[in-house]
Amino acid sequence: MSANLENMVKVFERPQSLTDARFTYCPGCHHGIITRIIGNVMDELGIVERTVGIAPVGCSVFSYLWYKADSQQVPHGRACAVATGIKRARPELIVFSYQGDGDFASIGTAESIHAANRGENITVIFVNNQIYGMTGGEMAPTTLVDQKTTTTPEGRDPRVAGYPIRFSEMIATLDAPAYVTRQALFDTKHIMETTKAVKKAFQYQVEGKGYSLVEILSTCPTNWRMSPVQSNTHVAETVTKVFPLGDLVDRG
Amino acid sequence: MGERLLLRGNEVIAEAAIRAGCQCYFAYPITPQAELLEHMALNMPRLGRTFIQAESEIAAISMVYGAAGAGVRTMTSSSSPGISLKQEGISYLAGASLPCVIVNIVRGGPGLGNIAPSQCDYFQATKGGGHGDYHLIVLGPSTVPEAGELTMLAFELADQYRIPVMILADGLLGQMMEPVELPDPIDPASLPAKDWATTGAKGRAPNIILSFEMDPDDLKQMNLDLQSKYRTITENEIRYEEYETEDADIVIAAHGTIGRICKSVVRMARAEGIKVGLFRPITLWPYPYEPLKRLSQQVHTVLTVEMSAGQMWEDVRLAVAERAATPFFGETGGIVPTPRSILNEVKKHVR
Amino acid sequence: MERSIIISGFGGQGVILAGKILAQAGMNHGLEVTWLPSYGPEMRGGTANCTVVLSDELVGSPIVDEATALIAMNLPSLDKFEQTIAAGGHIVVNRSLIDRQVDRTDVNAFYLDMNEIARDEVGNPRAINMVALGAYVKASGTLPLQVVKDTMAQSMRESGKEKFIEMNERALDAGYNAL
Repeated sequence: MSANLENMVKVFERPQSLTDARFTYCPGCHHGIITRIIGNVMDELGIVERTVGIAPVGCSVFSYLWYKADSQQVPHGRACAVATGIKRARPELIVFSYQGDGDFASIGTAESIHAANRGENITVIFVNNQIYGMTGGEMAPTTLVDQKTTTTPEGRDPRVAGYPIRFSEMIATLDAPAYVTRQALFDTKHIMETTKAVKKAFQYQVEGKGYSLVEILSTCPTNWRMSPVQSNTHVAETVTKVFPLGDLVDRG
Repeated sequence: MGERLLLRGNEVIAEAAIRAGCQCYFAYPITPQAELLEHMALNMPRLGRTFIQAESEIAAISMVYGAAGAGVRTMTSSSSPGISLKQEGISYLAGASLPCVIVNIVRGGPGLGNIAPSQCDYFQATKGGGHGDYHLIVLGPSTVPEAGELTMLAFELADQYRIPVMILADGLLGQMMEPVELPDPIDPASLPAKDWATTGAKGRAPNIILSFEMDPDDLKQMNLDLQSKYRTITENEIRYEEYETEDADIVIAAHGTIGRICKSVVRMARAEGIKVGLFRPITLWPYPYEPLKRLSQQVHTVLTVEMSAGQMWEDVRLAVAERAATPFFGETGGIVPTPRSILNEVKKHVR
Repeated sequence: MERSIIISGFGGQGVILAGKILAQAGMNHGLEVTWLPSYGPEMRGGTANCTVVLSDELVGSPIVDEATALIAMNLPSLDKFEQTIAAGGHIVVNRSLIDRQVDRTDVNAFYLDMNEIARDEVGNPRAINMVALGAYVKASGTLPLQVVKDTMAQSMRESGKEKFIEMNERALDAGYNAL
């Protein structure tokens, strides 16, 4: 059977807000999906020409390559402070940070909490894959109890290394944030819901409603030593029990 | 220029920054620079500009990074332990070639040290401080009026060369009052646009601020570009003051607060018939090696005086080499050498 | 001609403000000046002092080996600074809180009951710093009293304390006339 290309309808294409650069992420990793969602949202809201993205330190350090928006690559953990500086300098810009669990919830703890507490009118995309991907699979603040990593080779022992930190729940105790939610990407339904959440987070910023945080449970098949399919199942069946999905704050 | 006002060093630095068009100021409280922070807290919002008391020194310098990257004039200030915390951000600012002004009102160290005046952060300011091959322009005011002038200059140099500029003062200069004529304010809207800044990629390719090149050849090129810039700055921006050096047999080399104290020493010495002059570097980086080298050929002694265990002394010895004797006199711990104690030291070297 | 004055006392006696007004008066009189406070972690109740330098030429050192004058508003201040005052200099002593004489014989010592003058003559114990300043102006002859009064009034207006101008003028006069 030969396809008749002329009669085909284009139903899927690269978001206009993304460049042609190829992702550097491992197969099965969710970073690519999240980047695509952000691209789609920038398309839908028509904001790419006034958006500044913040590239952190970690696997997404290169994220300034994917967007047709301006970007700042920043020190590890400082994304929310840098975002504060950009937004205060030029309030007309749409500013989002893109941060992993180590960046946002460990080394950047102070910056993350205080930007939220000031109600900075920014959008934070917090990618929680429970591991340090780029440096070789070490324990993250979100690593599950008993999960094996290269720095918890016998599994995370809470007596030594504490428990996985539910950062979004902490942020949700603050008075200022407009929107705090936790989403996942292990099936199409959840990808659609995550897309809605990311759009709402950006929309709130456009409308001047203040700080929004979208935590996204993500996978790391390489360092989890699982196939992409196993990884999705792991998120759906195990990770969501520790990190329950859903909106924590919505003051829109 | 306006009327003569009696103002504190910290206030003058803050007010000069406002008049230089600083639009965003971020800082964390620390003695002895609190008046600077408080002046900004009161006056920046009145002008519709940004003042944020950051959650930490690290956050403050990171906010500076963001605002500088967005293309506005921005500043942070602190004192020694706080400046140590800022070194991460300073290295990134240098690597990303972002213009900003950083004020260090130095106090006694190391560690928590004390809040008395000191010059013990000279190495940190002029030789690196953070990681990587980089320099800041470092300006060392010796009087309250000069602190204001150099703050205005700092913003100009920062923008001109896309480089962080540090004002290296100390607690004495920050706390003391002196008559000042404040400069006329600059309207930030009148400043040239920065076509490299992250202002929104409308009708142009995205602007990317980064201090990062994964490929060694690319990172080497970034370093070569920085070094080239540092050479240009060294050629064009060296500043220093000579006082009573024409017929001097002995020159005192001193910067900042000690520089001005040594002016009194020169007057006292000359009243006793001792031919002493003063060489006062104003740019501590780039250091005025060549002028000091020339001067060292006409004197028998270059006495370095510092409120440290001998930090600028290394630069003096580099400049003077074997052309003259290079003794050192200093105090640490926040003790300020008095004119008489310095004069006694000078007398030891009279031939 | 360079004069250097140390004003020293308890925190709360107003020595810092007295020093500022003296420095500002010097500036208003056309002199070069510096004002340098002692600063420390004590916010209240500790000792406080400041050094004012008044000069015909740009001031070099704002710290001095030998001040030309000391205003000692309590005993620790006299104990600490008496020996550092230049020969021929002036020491103004608050007899209310200092129950000894100046030991030095090569300086000019002036005694007045600052607390009583402030409380009884001026009617406000907090005016003690202006009583002290008035006495110094008389003792040293460095600045005209009127310049100091005008400067004080300017300082009060700038800080929204106009209502204290008249009282402080009387305090300056009382200190001046007590010698």
